[in-house]
Amino acid sequence: MESTNNLEKFQTIIDADTKIEPKDWMPEDYRKHLIRQISQHAHSEVIGMQPEGNWITRAPSLRAKLILLAKIQDEAGHGLYLYSACETLGISREELIDQLHTGKAKYSSIFNYAAITWADIGAIGWLVDGAAIVNQISLQRTSYGPYSRAMIRICKEESFHQRQGYEIMGKLALGTPEQKEMAQDALNRWWWPSLMMFGPHDSDSPHSGKAMTWRIKRESNDVLRQRFIDKTVQQAEVIGLKIPDDKLKWNEAKGVYEHGEINWEEFNQVINGNGPLNKIRLANHISAHENGAWVREAANAYAAKQKKEVLVA
Amino acid sequence: MSTKDSQGQLWEVFIQANPGIPHKHAGSVHATDKEMALQNARDLYTRRSEGTSIWVVPSAAIVASAPEDSGMLFDPSNDKPYRHPTFYVMPEGAKNI
Ligand SMILES: [Fe+2]
Ligand SMILES: [Fe+2]
Repeated sequence: MESTNNLEKFQTIIDADTKIEPKDWMPEDYRKHLIRQISQHAHSEVIGMQPEGNWITRAPSLRAKLILLAKIQDEAGHGLYLYSACETLGISREELIDQLHTGKAKYSSIFNYAAITWADIGAIGWLVDGAAIVNQISLQRTSYGPYSRAMIRICKEESFHQRQGYEIMGKLALGTPEQKEMAQDALNRWWWPSLMMFGPHDSDSPHSGKAMTWRIKRESNDVLRQRFIDKTVQQAEVIGLKIPDDKLKWNEAKGVYEHGEINWEEFNQVINGNGPLNKIRLANHISAHENGAWVREAANAYAAKQKKEVLVA
Repeated sequence: MSTKDSQGQLWEVFIQANPGIPHKHAGSVHATDKEMALQNARDLYTRRSEGTSIWVVPSAAIVASAPEDSGMLFDPSNDKPYRHPTFYVMPEGAKNI
């Protein structure tokens, strides 16, 4: 029961920065918010394998192929860590997958864009993983224990992701004029969607209120976005690429970069299913899941047979 | 939690990071049998030499204390100071004790 007493005690634990664990009492809205956020995060890791998986067979060298495979395998792992964390809140893996397939649960809309050139693989690692890292570092301090532990594990694995992407971009930028152009084109296409990854401005963010009070989120969308911009502009300069924002300028007094307006109309379009690849991404996941049904059946049958043998022996 | 799930049962994974130290909880995996659980745990939690040994335990087999009992179970026993070495008065000059 959500007595004021329970709520007060809960908030005291949160305010003391003690983690909430699965069996602890928690408000229903806290549980719901976490399930929504963690499952969305897990689905993003898994769907995020698709744009990169698209390049495994076409990676330009064996080195690049090995790196890409390792990175994608990490992303699968991130999805699994997060599904497990989410399951501690009393929802099953099957339900989570079901919610993805029916569209009840979302995933980050960045993965609805296509990776059309090799430079896109660089841009994804550098910018998309880069933005994810800023968010995930902040979430290491989230109030829910299993989510926090998953974030700490994920952050340890992420820095290679960003560096391998930046390395690809740097190499292309120093290559032939065509290669440099390819890198610049990828930056042009991925920059704004990467900024959108942090979500709406604080002034119109629908889920943020309680998430901050309950310390599920520790910093606001705009604060995290600004941190990402401030880090990334310098990195672009070093490799001689130009951030596609005419309004981008250093604000000496504030010590931050000012940036141009984000196209929220595009953001809403992609979130609502009208991005370039929404339908294909989901269809791929559904067919992989359905085509794997016989594997799950076989594994269950094998487990049942083993149990019988134990009983007989 | 006994929600319907076609994804295999849940196993808790414990990893020993280096020889000689205790196994520590790393997370969980789904698997339909113990070999699969061990293999999945290997693939998921030790891709970067995180461990030298893995235990997997069916989550359902773990008996855990309830949060509401923690006051009683983990009372600091401040009324039993004689459980700590500082309770005892040592004679002046005694060494190595
Ligand atoms: Fe990831
Ligand atoms: Fe990543």
